[in-house]
Parts: sequence; C-alpha cells; structure tokens
Amino acid sequence: MTPSACKIKINNLLNKAGLLELQKKIKEAFEVFDHEANDTVDVREIGTIIRSLGCCPSEGELHDLIAEVEEEEPTGYIRLEKFLPMMVKVLSERRYRPIPEDLLLQAFEVLDSAKEGFLTKEELVKYMTEEGEPFTEEEMEEMLSAALDPETNTIQYRDYLAMMVIDEN
Amino acid sequence: MGTGSSSHHHFVLQKAESAFKAAVLIQRWYRRYIARLEMRRRCTWTIFQSIEYSGHQDQVKLHDFFSYLVDHFTPSSQNERNFLSCMFAEERLLKDSEMETYCDYESIEVPDYYTGPHVSFPLLPDHATALVEAFKQKKQLHARYVLNILHEARKYLIQLPNINHISTCYSEEITVCGDLHGQLDDLIFIFYKNGLPSPERSYVFNGDFVDRGKHSIEILMILFAFMLVYPKEFHLNRGNHEDHLVNLRYGFTKEVMHKYKVNGKKILKMLQEVFCWLPLATLIDEKVLIIHGGISDKTDLELLEKLERHKIISTMKYTKKPEKKKAAEESRSISAWFPLKSRSVPSSPLRLSPHKGSRSASIPCTFTPDRKEIFKKVRQSVQLELKEGQQQMDFSEFKDKEPLRFPLESEPNSCDFQGVNQEEWKQVVDILWSDPMPQEGCKANTVRGGGCFFGPNVTEQVLQKYSLQFLIRSHECKQEGYEFCHNRKVLTIFSASNYYEVGSNRGAYVKLGPDLIPHIVQYQANKTTHTLTMRQRISRVEESALKALREKLFAHSSSLLAAFKSYDLDGSNFITLNDWSVAMESVLHLGLPWRVLRPQLVTHTINNMLEYKSWLNDLAKEQVSHENIQSSLLEVLYRNRSNLETIFRIIDSDHSGLISFDEFRQIWKLFSSHMNVDITDESICDMARSIDFNKDGNIDINEFLEAFRLVEQSYLEDKDSELKGSETNESSCSGQGVH
Repeated sequence: MTPSACKIKINNLLNKAGLLELQKKIKEAFEVFDHEANDTVDVREIGTIIRSLGCCPSEGELHDLIAEVEEEEPTGYIRLEKFLPMMVKVLSERRYRPIPEDLLLQAFEVLDSAKEGFLTKEELVKYMTEEGEPFTEEEMEEMLSAALDPETNTIQYRDYLAMMVIDEN
Repeated sequence: MGTGSSSHHHFVLQKAESAFKAAVLIQRWYRRYIARLEMRRRCTWTIFQSIEYSGHQDQVKLHDFFSYLVDHFTPSSQNERNFLSCMFAEERLLKDSEMETYCDYESIEVPDYYTGPHVSFPLLPDHATALVEAFKQKKQLHARYVLNILHEARKYLIQLPNINHISTCYSEEITVCGDLHGQLDDLIFIFYKNGLPSPERSYVFNGDFVDRGKHSIEILMILFAFMLVYPKEFHLNRGNHEDHLVNLRYGFTKEVMHKYKVNGKKILKMLQEVFCWLPLATLIDEKVLIIHGGISDKTDLELLEKLERHKIISTMKYTKKPEKKKAAEESRSISAWFPLKSRSVPSSPLRLSPHKGSRSASIPCTFTPDRKEIFKKVRQSVQLELKEGQQQMDFSEFKDKEPLRFPLESEPNSCDFQGVNQEEWKQVVDILWSDPMPQEGCKANTVRGGGCFFGPNVTEQVLQKYSLQFLIRSHECKQEGYEFCHNRKVLTIFSASNYYEVGSNRGAYVKLGPDLIPHIVQYQANKTTHTLTMRQRISRVEESALKALREKLFAHSSSLLAAFKSYDLDGSNFITLNDWSVAMESVLHLGLPWRVLRPQLVTHTINNMLEYKSWLNDLAKEQVSHENIQSSLLEVLYRNRSNLETIFRIIDSDHSGLISFDEFRQIWKLFSSHMNVDITDESICDMARSIDFNKDGNIDINEFLEAFRLVEQSYLEDKDSELKGSETNESSCSGQGVH
C-alpha cells in the first residue's frame, strides 16, 4: 500500500471511530428523554436535546430540523433512527454554532438605544416578547429572575452576561 | 425632500431590522442556556433514581443472604438456635394475653418536667390538633402516650376490613395523599393548605408514612390520632414501608431507638402489631381504587378482601405454614422475592429492556441454573465459614439474651398465626410493591425485587373486571409530585417534596369530589427554594446528586482502576474520554448517560485524554476521613454501607446499640463470602484497631459508623431540617384542575 493510500485508510478508520463516538453521544442525550425506553422522544423535547448537544439554532431553524425527522403522519414522537443521522450531519458540519460573547454584547447594545449601559425592565420585556422570536411569559419571567437588578429595575447587561458566561463554564 | 424621507425611512427600517436581529440572537442564546439547564436537571434526577434503585437491590441481596442462612444453617446446639432466632426474632405477633404485659404503657410514668403534649382517651379533635402544634414546636411525645396511641390504633384497625369502602356522599371532597416518608413539614403543609381533617374533610393517606425522613414517629402519631378522632373520614392504607424489616434499613428503627432509648423496643414491637392491621386498599364510591404500589395481572379483589391481612407481618419474608413444608427445592423463604444474580441484572430501571421476560409476576422466580451454581459454591464456602465460626464464636453469651421463644422450626403454639398461603401473600406483595410501566404486559419487578411491572392492558383488565374508573397509587417519587399514565387511568401521587434533596421535586395531593374528577395541588415545603433562581436551584440539587454519585464511584475504585488499565494499552496512564465512558458503565451498571455527565465528573483533561490515576485519587481524597485506614477496605465499607448498617441492626436484636465484635466479624465474613467480596479477616482486625472500641470488644453502632463518616449525611440533614422546621409553611402551589 502506498503511503498516501495508507494515510487515507487511517483517516477513514479515525473518522469511523470519531463517528461512532459521535453517535454514542447523541444516543445518550436522546435516551435521557426517552421515558418509555422505546427509542422515541416527545417532539417537544427535541429542541432541548439538540441544544444540549452544543447547537444553538433559532426557533425557525429548529422547526426545519424537526420537520426533517418527523413522521409522515406526525405522531408527536420522534424516533431515534431518524434523529440520529440528522444530528450526526448537523454536528459534523458544525451547524448552529454557539454565539460568541462579544456578538451577544453587541446585540444588547443595539437594543440599548439610549446607550446607557443598561436596559430598563420595560425595554427588555418589550423586545423579548414582541420582537424576534418572542418569548413566552414563562421564558420572560425566568430571564428576569436572574437578569433584573431589583433595586434599579434595570438589566445591567454587561454584568449579566459576565455572570452567565461563568456559569456556562 | 423625497430623498430625505426615503433615506430616513430606510434608516428606520435598518434600525428595526437590527433590533429584530439582535432580539433573535439573544433569544437563541437564552433558549440554548435553558436547554442545557434542563438537560442537567434531567440527568440529576436520573442519578438520584438510579442510586435509589441500586439501594433497593442491596436490600434484596441482604435479605437473600439471611434467608439463605436460615435455610441452610442447621443449628447444632440450643445456643446456636437461640442465636438465629434472635436474628429473626420479631417474626411473630403477640397474643392478646401477652399484649397487656408486654406493652403496659400505664405503668410508664410521665415525669413532672415533661413539657411535651399530653394525651388522654377518649381522644378528642383538640388533642389531635394539639399534637400537630406540639410537633411543630419540636416537642417529642412521651413513650407512654406513643404506646397508648398505638394500642388504641391497633384496637381500632382490627375491626376494619382489608379494603375500606368509602363514599363521597358523606363529605364533599376526599383528599388523597401519597408517600410522606417521615417528612413532617410536608404533612404540616398539607394540613395548612388544605385544612385539618374534619367531618367535612376526608383524607386518605396511601402508605409509606415512615422511613428516610427524620420525623416518622411524629407523622404516625398525628395520622393515628386523626384516625381515632374521625374514624369515618380519615383513612390509612398500608405501604411497603409499614414493615419492620424494611424499617431496619431505611431509618425508622433507628429513629425510634434514638428518640426512645428506654422504651424504644416496646414501641417497635407495638408498631409491628399495628402495621400488620393497616388496611390494604381503599375504594371510593366503588369506582376509584387506592393502593400503595399497584396491581398485577393476577390481582383478585375478592381474595384480597377475604385473606387475613394481619398474618403478613412483613412482605419481605414469607413464613411457611409448618404443615405444608415442602421439599427444600420448591418454596423457599424467598420464593416471591427475585434473587438477583450479582452482576447481570441491570441495577437501574432506566434502560430495562422492554422485551425481557413477559412472564407473569405471580409465578415465583424459582431456581435458574445459574442460581443453583451460585448456591452450590456459596454453600460450600458458607459451611466452611460456619464451621470455623462455630468454633470461634462463644455462643454462651446468647443464653443471656431473651429469645422471644420463637425457634425457626415449627412449634405447636405458633401454628395459629403463621401463614396465609403463598397465593394470598403474593397478592399483597403485588399491591404494595408493583410499579406501572409503559409497555403492555406484566413482568417481574426485578428492580424492587418483588411485585411486578404492570402495563396499560393489565390496568384496563383490572378496571373492567371490577367496574372501576381509575387507580390512585403512590410508591414512586415524581418530579412534579404526581404523574398520570396508562391513558390517565393510573395516577401516581407522591407527597414528600424535596425527597432527594431540597429542590429536587414537588409534592402533591389530589382532591376528588362526587364527580370523581381529580384536582391536583402541588407544593414544595421549603422556603429557600423560592429565593433561588432556577439555575441556582438546579445547581444545588445537581451538586447533591453528583456528591452521592462520586461516593458510589469511590466505592468501586479498584474495579474502575482495573477497567481503565485495560484501555491503557501503551501504559501511558492516559485513556480517551470515550474509553472512560465505556469503562464507567461496565463497572457501575447504573445506566447513566456518562458522556452527558462527563463534563461534571471529569474536569481536567489533556488533549481529550484523562489521567485516570489522579482522577481516582481525587475521588478518594473527597471521601476518606481516616488516613490510617486502608483505602481498599474503606472502599468495601462504602460499597456495602447500607448493608453494614442493616446487618448491625439485625444482629442487635435487643436494640441495645451494641454488638460484640465477634458477632459482627462472623456475620461479615459470611456475608462477604456470599457476595464474593474479597476481604480478609486481618483487614477487619486492622480496622478495629484503628478505631477505639471499648475494651470489652463491643461495637457501638453509632461510633462505628461515625468513624467512617457514614453518618455525615444524616448530620447535615439534621441541620437542614432545623432550618426547615423553623420556617412557616408556604410555597408556591398551582391549583391545577386536571381532567
């Protein structure tokens, strides 16, 4: 075997091993939500699984992904055998990468029209529940519980982000 | 002008677009953050459940061992007979004539300095309320009153049928509560939120009042008091924890002996008398069946109504009718309990294959060929050990212990209370121990070791057979405090909030009116959870789960090291994270998502590789409190911690808190050889030397456990409960009208 053919062969083996490991990882995350132990998951939990695997899709992108793996006649459940190949592809192509911190900060700054370094509660609520892909009441409440500084009724977004980033790691 | 307005328009549009984009970005980011939290929360729950289930299996293994001992150890002298009978001495009820003398509470004096509540009969509603108040203020009820209440409770329970038929006509609503497990805060909260029991307010408590929590006896006192005060409106079902053998392991026995040092033994004996008389089920309007565990495909309500429930003192041990002693092979003492092969049964229910064994649970799991093998091997080693043990042990000391005159062979007097037949016993075990499963069918509950897993078709079958609408059961902790399954025909209700840890789960109760539509109320009886953000709550529970998990990992250090080494082919001391995940599951059999958990358990990696020896060392550093004790010995102790404690309490049959070191050593040797645990006699002696035992060779249970930091957990819990107890009870609860 020529050196280059050898190299290709080794690469293939490594890829295969990497692929196997990727599949195991996806399967494990899937099984956490497979309550009936029959390789299916409620479609409403798919978003959680995909996001916990490291992806950061928007709601629109998520719906597209779900549409790809749903049954012809939607049963409310997603099967592992459909989910797995899709997810392998998504992860190998490194789609929906997480958002870098500086970009996030910029996003807050865009909303901070007065450029004061903070957002008022009303501002944040308005943007989050009326713009983009609106939050539910529950999501809004949850964000506020951690983000809102109760004394000033404002969101000091720099500090908030810094805290969240530490928490993630 | 035109250009101006269009460029302004353009500018506004751009601004709106960027605001939109910015919002999407933030929302995207935030949703991912929440998803990761949710995954962590779910994994935490999985960890707690899997550790709990592996604890169940410890219990079964231990029980298996003792049953084996009973069946195979032929006592060669009266002393040995006494020894064994001491170990299993409680297996009999007192005759009425004995009751008076044994549980003579009237002769117990209540001292003047006693500041706790007083109780007199006939019991009035005010007395019951006063009890609740007193316990809120952390008072303890005097032993005399405890025995008095137990006495009266027993008298009352005796005349109840096995299945209580109640109706919604008499009181408008019936409130059904699930497991409380000694958590007084939850009971107090339920009464606060829902109101105290009264002629207008019926309650059914569905078993498992005791064990685990620190206030089992107080809960019992309150429940029995209200039962005596409002007999028509207040109802109790027996749970699998209303059982002295279960109490030995799960803490109730310990609690009683700790709180009642002088009269504890009497109280424990009385409790047996009361527990066995608790009704097995409650039926509302002939339509809603309430049982603690579940059902099986063999469940026969007529049989259940007729059997003599009090003869089942413990569901863990089936005592044969003496005249029906069959050949040794057939129905052993453990027959309805599924002996677990040591490694091959998954210790976690989480990934149980639905396709394995659709055998009906009512058929006892008798000998598989493997088991015969194991028995043969063990029998030989045990016989050897016993021979040595007999020589070494001085049985003369047992002459002084008072055997309750119950030898294990049959005696003419003991016939009259022994034995329901095996079928009847199985019926009761199924009712108290079974769990629902999503798949169709009915199969042996290999996780709990008794009862079965019953599917939606079994539920349907039983409901139809008896024209019932749905079942209410408890027995399993649910994150939301309740859960519907089997097409909403089965409702699990669990009333012990924060069961694993503060913030781990809510508790719930269900209210039924004449329409029999369930209305669920959820709660969480701890104030601190509400000052925390979701992230903080989840982190806190997660930390607790991981701590418990790391302790388990430590207990398997040697096996883990061996497994890791087998992947370390080049001897570099590094393995891949993939290999780590595989090795973990191969050793621990917990069915946990190791790759998902990995970031929480393994923090230092180099090039995605783990230096496993130092990782294991770090685990050990967290646990070890005594450097002078060999860590492999410590490992064995940790691995068998709950068995150890249980063995202690079984040997200490007079609940004195002391056992002789020899007793312990012999039993431990037998147990370890039965379990294939490798531990030398020398190691045990070494261990003894590094702890200060009394010179007379007696082991004080608490001292021993303390020495290995095994009671640290309960000390921490005491602190927590002190904080909890002083808070007034309130929490968020969503009144959910669930249809």
